[in-house]
Amino acid sequence: MAEPSAFDYTTAAVGSAWPALSLPPVTRLTLALYCGASGDHNPLHVDQDFAREAGLGDVIAHGMLVMGYMGRTVTRFVPQTALLAFNSRFQAMTRVGDQITCTGEVIAHETDVNGRPCLRLALRATDQKGEVKTQGEALIALPG
Amino acid sequence: MIDHRHIGYVSPAFTTQVERGRLKFFAKAIGETDPVYTDPGAARAAGHPDLPVPPTFFFCLEMDRPEPYGWFDDLGIELPKVLHGAQDFRYHRLAYAGDELTFDSRVTDIYDKKGGLLEFVVQDNRISNQRGELVAEFIRTLVIRHG
Repeated sequence: MAEPSAFDYTTAAVGSAWPALSLPPVTRLTLALYCGASGDHNPLHVDQDFAREAGLGDVIAHGMLVMGYMGRTVTRFVPQTALLAFNSRFQAMTRVGDQITCTGEVIAHETDVNGRPCLRLALRATDQKGEVKTQGEALIALPG
Repeated sequence: MIDHRHIGYVSPAFTTQVERGRLKFFAKAIGETDPVYTDPGAARAAGHPDLPVPPTFFFCLEMDRPEPYGWFDDLGIELPKVLHGAQDFRYHRLAYAGDELTFDSRVTDIYDKKGGLLEFVVQDNRISNQRGELVAEFIRTLVIRHG
């Protein structure tokens, strides 16, 4: 997917769309790499036998992998120093073969507890069938 | 059912050093392409002293404890039943490769829904650096599935 050449979040109006981030399909290698790199060695994510025993049929992706993709959706346009808060609710399991796209929308301009001007970004990670896997929000400081 | 007397359970104090190699490996795992997160030169050019810890990696650092699931045993939580329900970060300052981060982790709530079919455990984490400055906080909500 072509990278948007520029997106200036500091001038994004409420209601404007955030540039989407499309990811390649999740593979078992994706899960193995995330298992090792994240330090989250829960076998549910890499051991098919364990996942079957647990009643899930097959391994599932770490929710935090999807949240990591959502974080990239923010930080490719926002210096991380401006990211004040970031949350996710994991709503559906991500499985091998799922292709995640992260989208966002500016939903508010507000001030944080310190009176700094901020924008609130609603984020959503969906798969190729449109199933919402994860929803969340980021609070981003604006200059000035 | 998880005994509600575990509300207030405090995990052993834990300090870990942020390693450049782990940050690069993590960047690969999430497909990160921004060199600020993989190239110390690019990080310095962007005004950072070293590679920054990306937003979600604080959660991962907490799992570098010697027994990351030890508290599950103490609370009677069975690993195969656990799903991650929600995650909430608040950021105060950046952390970088080379920093020593200390995690203060405690269980702040235990509740259930659907007549006990789903149990929820909420754990708060406060992360401070080697200068004693608060770096970030996160709240992890786990869901334990019964049946």
